[in-house]
Amino acid sequence: MRTVKVEEKLFQNRYLVDADNPHIRLKDAELCEKKCTTKQCTVCCPAGCYTLEGQKVVLITDGCLECGTCRIICTTYRNVDWEYPRGGYGIQFKFG
Amino acid sequence: MEKFDVIVVGAGPSGNAAAYTLAKAGLSVLQIERGEAPGSKNVQGAILYSDALEKLIPDFREDAPLERHIIEQRMWVLDDESFIGTHFRSDDFNKPPYNRYTIIRAKFDKWFSKKVQEAGALVITETTVKGLLRDESGKVIGVETDRADGKVYAEVVILADGVNSTLARKAGFRPELDPKHVALAVKEIHFMPKETVEQRFNIQKTEGVVIEMLGKITKGMMGTGFLYTNGDSVSIGVGCMLSDFMEQKLTPYELLEQMKAHPSIQPLVQGGEMKEYTAHLIPEGGYHAIPQVYGDGWMIVGDSGMFVNAVHREGSNLAMTTGRLAAETIIELTRAGRPMSGANLALYKERLDDSFVMKDLKKYKDMPDIFHSNNQFFTTYPELLSRSAYTMLKVDGVDKQTKEKEIFASFREKRSLFGLLGDAFKLWRAFR
Repeated sequence: MRTVKVEEKLFQNRYLVDADNPHIRLKDAELCEKKCTTKQCTVCCPAGCYTLEGQKVVLITDGCLECGTCRIICTTYRNVDWEYPRGGYGIQFKFG
Repeated sequence: MEKFDVIVVGAGPSGNAAAYTLAKAGLSVLQIERGEAPGSKNVQGAILYSDALEKLIPDFREDAPLERHIIEQRMWVLDDESFIGTHFRSDDFNKPPYNRYTIIRAKFDKWFSKKVQEAGALVITETTVKGLLRDESGKVIGVETDRADGKVYAEVVILADGVNSTLARKAGFRPELDPKHVALAVKEIHFMPKETVEQRFNIQKTEGVVIEMLGKITKGMMGTGFLYTNGDSVSIGVGCMLSDFMEQKLTPYELLEQMKAHPSIQPLVQGGEMKEYTAHLIPEGGYHAIPQVYGDGWMIVGDSGMFVNAVHREGSNLAMTTGRLAAETIIELTRAGRPMSGANLALYKERLDDSFVMKDLKKYKDMPDIFHSNNQFFTTYPELLSRSAYTMLKVDGVDKQTKEKEIFASFREKRSLFGLLGDAFKLWRAFR
């Protein structure tokens, strides 16, 4: 169990969520579930967008900080389809 | 068909420096930013080095939103419960014009963008560039945005779209980033009364302190921590190489939380109101990781071109400088009536090589590799240094010569004589 709740941190941030139009997708969710042994996205994502449900990797991009970590660390399967959100959407840093 | 002299993608330091320089010289410039406002997608520590901005806007101090000028730099090497370090404070840093400042990027980037617009560039926000437009020969002739009728054209496109540079990657100008070449940094900003900041850091008026940290806070990963004083807030963060993050099970926010709880750090941030949590990648691959930065109708500036000097914690000044040099190249070619071909834009690379940007990156070209394969610099040494200081300073009836022997033995035990000499040699070679 994680001792720190990232949700409490993200709550301070300002987002304009592009509802039902996630800018990051898993190309093949089954690959994450069945083939990937490390599932490091569930550790490395600084916004905790990737969580484990059993062996399944669940991605919810609402809290995304648009850093690019998940795409770069997925070196074995290159299974992350990563785009910037539509113009004006996503994280809007108040201080940066 | 709308056509500009230059399209600049991105409104960070490199894009703004480029757009400002070009617009001021009278070229028609379109700058495209995906955030709600310039700065709303941008993250930095943040330290502003005056020199690079002075070369663009000499009187920037008159109205730029600056937090504090730095008069004291602290370097801490941390063990789990202690730090050993140096503090350098000088009244020379207190004499205007000041050499560096802390800034808050959202405010600063808005100010910079206003200067760009006043210089005559057209800046559009809330617009994401989806791809580059190219002719049959492959020359870049414009960009496609996510707006309706979103195609716009230009003689040359400057990619100032940051570390992830989806555009350069998709166009094949740059490979995907290597986890060994990128650091992930997470940061929080904590607000507290101005007086509290001043008391805690022994400063007054607009004086500021920065603390750079190394050691056990990164749990054996290659990385650093930092704490910067702003007007009525402090920024605290930690960054480590992605290749190291990949090999362990601690999340970035747990790492930051544990760092904040360090007994030497906790009193400096306690009671503050955390108002934002950010994350950002820093391209730290150095000289060897720099891609091709120009071609037919395109140029790359700033983080997108991996222009960061990780050893000296410099990035935004390299961004501004590369943006300016790209712009000056375009201005010179335009005035000479020469086309924006790859062959002509090679002048940009010559200017880069001739500037401090490439000279500094070249000087430290082997540094990233040395730290990658030698994590004792981030674990063993901080521990040994801290224990040595503790042994020497603790008054317990043991004579000093015995203490010295004890310290030397502890170094030899942990790292062997060859190891110690080897490390010293590696560092000397990389720094010289």
